[in-house]
Amino acid sequence: MSHNLQLNVEGKLKHFLTIDGLDKALLTEILDIAESFAEMSGHHVKKVPLLRGKTIVNLFFENSTRTRTTFELAAKRLSADVISMNIATSATSKGESLLDTIRNLEAMFVDMFVVRHGTSGAAHFIAEHTAPHISVINAGDGRHSHPTQAMLDMFTIRQFKPDFSTLRVAIIGDILHSRVARSQILALNTLGAAEVRVIAPKTLLPAHVQTLGVTVCHNLTEGLKDIDVIIMLRLQKERMTSALLPSENEYFKCFGLTPEKLEIAKPDAIVMHPGPINRGVEIDTRVADGPQSVILRQVSNGIAIRMAVMSMAMQTQGAV
Amino acid sequence: MQRILIEQARVIDPANSIDRTGPVYIADGKILALFEKPDGFEADSVIDASGQIVCPGFIDISTRLRQPGQSHKATFQTETKAAAAGGITTLILQPDTRPVIDTPAITELVKELAENSNYRQILPIGALTQNLDGQELSSMLALQEAGCIAVGNGGKPISNLLVLRRAMEYAASHDLLLIYRPNEHSLSNEGCAHEGAFATRYGLPGIPETAETIALSQCLELTELTGCRVHFGQISCRRSVIKIQQAQKYGLSVSADIAAHQLHLTENDMKPFDSVYHVLPPLRSEQDKLFLRKALTQGIIGSLCSDHQPHDLDAKLGAFPETEPGISALETLLPLMLKLVDEKLITLSQGIAALTRNPAKVLRLESGTLTPGKSADICIFDPGRRWQVDRSTWYSKGINTPYWGETLTGRVSATLQSGKIIFQGVFHD
Repeated sequence: MSHNLQLNVEGKLKHFLTIDGLDKALLTEILDIAESFAEMSGHHVKKVPLLRGKTIVNLFFENSTRTRTTFELAAKRLSADVISMNIATSATSKGESLLDTIRNLEAMFVDMFVVRHGTSGAAHFIAEHTAPHISVINAGDGRHSHPTQAMLDMFTIRQFKPDFSTLRVAIIGDILHSRVARSQILALNTLGAAEVRVIAPKTLLPAHVQTLGVTVCHNLTEGLKDIDVIIMLRLQKERMTSALLPSENEYFKCFGLTPEKLEIAKPDAIVMHPGPINRGVEIDTRVADGPQSVILRQVSNGIAIRMAVMSMAMQTQGAV
Repeated sequence: MQRILIEQARVIDPANSIDRTGPVYIADGKILALFEKPDGFEADSVIDASGQIVCPGFIDISTRLRQPGQSHKATFQTETKAAAAGGITTLILQPDTRPVIDTPAITELVKELAENSNYRQILPIGALTQNLDGQELSSMLALQEAGCIAVGNGGKPISNLLVLRRAMEYAASHDLLLIYRPNEHSLSNEGCAHEGAFATRYGLPGIPETAETIALSQCLELTELTGCRVHFGQISCRRSVIKIQQAQKYGLSVSADIAAHQLHLTENDMKPFDSVYHVLPPLRSEQDKLFLRKALTQGIIGSLCSDHQPHDLDAKLGAFPETEPGISALETLLPLMLKLVDEKLITLSQGIAALTRNPAKVLRLESGTLTPGKSADICIFDPGRRWQVDRSTWYSKGINTPYWGETLTGRVSATLQSGKIIFQGVFHD
């Protein structure tokens, strides 16, 4: 099975492509290591020499600010040399194939690729075809997977609610096109959450979403009952023009998180969003900036999680 | 011309309800006699077929040999050898070549390529509409006169139903068979996998069953309206079977075929992002597979095909949705049919009929039988021979098969086309 692609013979992380196929122990290890890096962020000197002399290439075939920046910062705090390439505007537009792009960079003695690509399976493909000493970290592929985002979300949840087994988590919005949601669902189920509930109109849910191990709800007011963690997803503007939704207004009315709706959830519920947020489309400003919002904490935690995953993947290659 | 005697064979000819052991006599490219030696017959060569089965050569109702236009993927030279090694003596070509088979000139070109490959029976399907665009009718009569066996959409959608209606009326006027693979493009969208649990888990754009069933339903309605003879190609799901069965009960003359891999593989067999499983129509659910199997057993769907689509390596090298769909399948057609027999789903005679008599009947071909006087298109195979799918056994230029590296059972030992031996297996054991 291609899941094992992520693990070396000792079961240690070699690539980080998806949550799928990773067990609770490994996910917990990622969270624990991230915690030690998070503590370090408060220190005066924020750098450790773990990846000194290593070259990491951020390959972004899709635009991103937050994810790319936190990956860059994470690499720099591990003392690696890091280059970010925005491929969307360079090689592939000249007709170079994905494989050729990878081969060319390999020839420059790269140790790790951090890849974001618009097509599901792209990171798997690169991991399968790249030289054996190179690690691949998936920074989001198509609708498939965004495992570091899911792990930073788990990390944030754990900071506020340490026991996953009692948690009811609602993921709200465009599940169909969301790699974040797929990874979150897998991570929450692996970590033993009591319930993962997806709340969206049918047009924004994959046809067989219940096979992912979630309960399905089409009504936000009903769906928020007893919820400990609320994860809002970004709604892409182009969904309005592809007959998935009638209008932003109607979406906000039905699925937008307002202070009134938030009251339906448990009083100590936290509100999360992978960003970037659309104020007034999926989330009310008062909620986004309110006391229950942990959205900015998610961003800071992104660095620690990415440091954890990068150092773990490099460790299996005898780098440390 | 050569006289050939095939000895000691178990002869199975579903068209004549024959299943018995005895010799087959061939002369002048035709079947001369079965079991009884004709007066004065002296064989020039003798094929010892003890332990083997002799049956009519297979008729593969959906193939692509990639010429003209894509000879980097495969050629008539390579693929006709693969067909011969698979026991196939008649190849029906889909019209989606480059350029499309939509003029007599391209049809002539295809015939010329066939002649140069020394493989006689390559019968193209002409495009139903010009360039398969679904806009304007092709010159169907001219295509038929040039040698097209039928007209078809080559899996391309025809979104304007008035065009489909007119095309079917026109085909019906000339008693042309329409070979139609139902596909509603707006529903299949940019999908690359069955809209099921697998596509959901791996975030692949899905193709719902309705992309097939809605197009099928529309075509069935127009079949009744126009009186066109229709054969549905590569049916993949449960509700298509139900609709075809209803139409047949209602009295419409419609037939259908299934690509052999659809009877064995489902979305559950797909390995994540492994592009050899990228095929259209996509590998469906377990329930769909069971229904397709039932349809074959009950004769609702009569024909099996390879839906052969050889690819070059680059075509399958990439992130799954960006790779080209299709399986190279000529050489696995017989083993996949035999697997159904082994699983007691069908009898050997039923399996052979699905590759011979049934497609012959749909296409109104004289072949597909061992009746004396007919062309000696014959497949001799060893149903128990196990072989590994690898470079040493494979003839097609496309190695894009999910069975690569696997051991399959059932291997052709010789293939005769019009009495000429076009394949003879060399086995080392």
